[in-house]
Amino acid sequence: MGLELMALVPALPIAGFAALVVIGRRLSRRAAAVLGVGSVGLAAIVAIAVAAAYLAAPPEGCSYTQDLWQWMRVDGFGPRIAFHLDALSLVMMLVVAVVSFLILLYSAEFMAGDEGFARFFAYMNLFVGSMLILVLADNLLLLYLGWEGVGLCSYLLIGFWYKDPANGRAAMKAFIVTRVGDAALVAALLLIFTSLGTLDIAEVGRRATNEWPAGSALAVAAALLLLGGAVGKSAQLPLQTWLPDAMAGPTPTSALIHAATMVTAGVYLVARMNVLFALAPPVQFLVAVIGAATLLLAGASGLAQHDIKRVLAYSTISQVGYMFLGLGVGAWGASIFHFLTHAFFKSLLFLAAGVVILNLGREHNMFRMGGLRKLLPLAFWTFLVGSLALAGLPPLAGFASKDLILYRTWTSTLGGPLLWLAGVVGIFLTSVYTFRMVFLVFFGPASRKPEGRSGAAMTVALVVLAAGCLLASVLGWPEALGGTPVLVNFLELALPEAPEHGGSAALEGVLSLVSVLTAIAGILVAYVLFLRERGLVERLYRSAVGSAVHSLWLAGWGFDRLYETVLVAPLAAIARLNRGDFVDIFYRLVGRLAVALHSILSFTQTGRVRWYAAGLAVGAIIILAIVVAL
Amino acid sequence: MAIVPVEHGLLLAGVLFTLGLVGVLVRRDIIFILLSIEIMLNAAGLAFIVAGSARGQADGQVMFIFILAVTAAEVSVGLAMVLRLHHLLKTLDVDAADSLRD
Repeated sequence: MGLELMALVPALPIAGFAALVVIGRRLSRRAAAVLGVGSVGLAAIVAIAVAAAYLAAPPEGCSYTQDLWQWMRVDGFGPRIAFHLDALSLVMMLVVAVVSFLILLYSAEFMAGDEGFARFFAYMNLFVGSMLILVLADNLLLLYLGWEGVGLCSYLLIGFWYKDPANGRAAMKAFIVTRVGDAALVAALLLIFTSLGTLDIAEVGRRATNEWPAGSALAVAAALLLLGGAVGKSAQLPLQTWLPDAMAGPTPTSALIHAATMVTAGVYLVARMNVLFALAPPVQFLVAVIGAATLLLAGASGLAQHDIKRVLAYSTISQVGYMFLGLGVGAWGASIFHFLTHAFFKSLLFLAAGVVILNLGREHNMFRMGGLRKLLPLAFWTFLVGSLALAGLPPLAGFASKDLILYRTWTSTLGGPLLWLAGVVGIFLTSVYTFRMVFLVFFGPASRKPEGRSGAAMTVALVVLAAGCLLASVLGWPEALGGTPVLVNFLELALPEAPEHGGSAALEGVLSLVSVLTAIAGILVAYVLFLRERGLVERLYRSAVGSAVHSLWLAGWGFDRLYETVLVAPLAAIARLNRGDFVDIFYRLVGRLAVALHSILSFTQTGRVRWYAAGLAVGAIIILAIVVAL
Repeated sequence: MAIVPVEHGLLLAGVLFTLGLVGVLVRRDIIFILLSIEIMLNAAGLAFIVAGSARGQADGQVMFIFILAVTAAEVSVGLAMVLRLHHLLKTLDVDAADSLRD
């Protein structure tokens, strides 16, 4: 039995964080890197061992709970520090641990020249530990601890280069916008606890099914609030505005936190609480609609960006939109499968983009890149693999998972052809913006000579992630093409099956064909627009409609401006009005009065004995007069 | 021997006390202030004796002996302070000794 080792998986990165915080300043860069990467590497090895033990001998009921200790005990409320392993958390744990290790390995070289080296690894370790606590938590309170932990690390790492105030602003924006969602999550926790009397995830599911009829007001409210939390963390409509700005952080941070793991915490939360969403069909439909709308809007915004990392950020929003679409139609397993493949190809894309950015002296603008195919072959080939996977071309990872989501969307009783159509349009947008990046950065005339820096650790990380992109589709090759969805079948040990009707292998084959052809069409469009006929795009930009659409998409559909005018500006105006603080006026008056009385009284203190004696005499006379008068 | 009426005795004590108080308040020389305090104490003592004899009790005279003892102590401490004051400030003007104001 190796399942008891599970507690070590989050404990090791946390220990690494503690060690780096305490002695990080005194360590050499090499020692800090070994400590920071090593602790996560060990955690990844332990995670693999736990997974192997789980698969070799599945525990009773296909889930295993490791109860460590009681967290607190207040009357009837006694949350425990306990970890829960089932098919869902196993997959999440493995992906988080392995991808984190690869990205940290890459960062050891990427951040080599940075003055905050040990600080970076401390934050990253804390992040990995919190994320693992989040996915392994047995009760909602512990999950919330991990949830806030990853939010904190996201804030710290976006503002990692704090000397530039713009980075600090981006960090604050991310923290405040996700806080809106976090507040909804807290409200959900309070609601669940007050009405069901427990926060234990399995117990919440049982009691909710027993006590709440489907579609009851409480179930809808709880699911809506949980969705609010998920939408904030996963950067979905309408709280998606923070993610593009979050790219201010170092590239490995963007890869790990803002692409591979943290932004999918919302997907995990919805999948984990699937019972509540099943009890609230309107909310579940809302999840699908949010996913579809987000993937379209973010995909279109990705078309107009200049900054390579912002393209990838919008792409992340859009891909998480696919996951939400899958969750909304009840394809829980397919969504988690897409999370897995997305973790691989999106972190690969970020890391390859990081190599380009580093080699061009922190250049982010794609229009100032070009022709890097021969100059940075490693970055080119790995980026190409990631792009093909993102665009969803077989046999790469993105194809299998995205097609499974789309197929389930078509066949699910909760979905339908309209949502499927949104997904297919999303595929077209995805392949256009993806290959726009590829053609702008790696093809065309060479702009400048790169410095040619990418060491062994970076190469290993990129190659392993690229191999993951190539191989991950084995886990869920479509049945229509002679495969078996291994991962989805495995996940259905923990998650309910999608409610289907009218599905068939032939239909799946046709739908796959449609999406592959759409992706290829997108690539061709990108080829024509951004490589063959650059003048066409220029003309498009210059036309009135074209420039209006371009600036709208560049600004992410103007959500920032909307929130700025509707929320931020009125708040700022109120704050300015109340600069003197109305409530404080009273207290300030009390203070002034005290000062005035003091100056009157201190006037009587002359230091002269005769003056005091006169005071005594007058006082005595007054008291005598009073006594006599009475 | 004719008995002095109580009112006369108390009136004398009051006049003496007022004279002493005025002396304390108007004189600036510390020696005169001490003398004035002495007069006030004696006025109080006189009042005790007058009141005691009017009631035919010895308590008033007992109080006067207490007052004498207090006066002796007060004068010795007071004179010591006068010496220190003169040593420090080279003057006997009490208004010069106002450095405790702040």
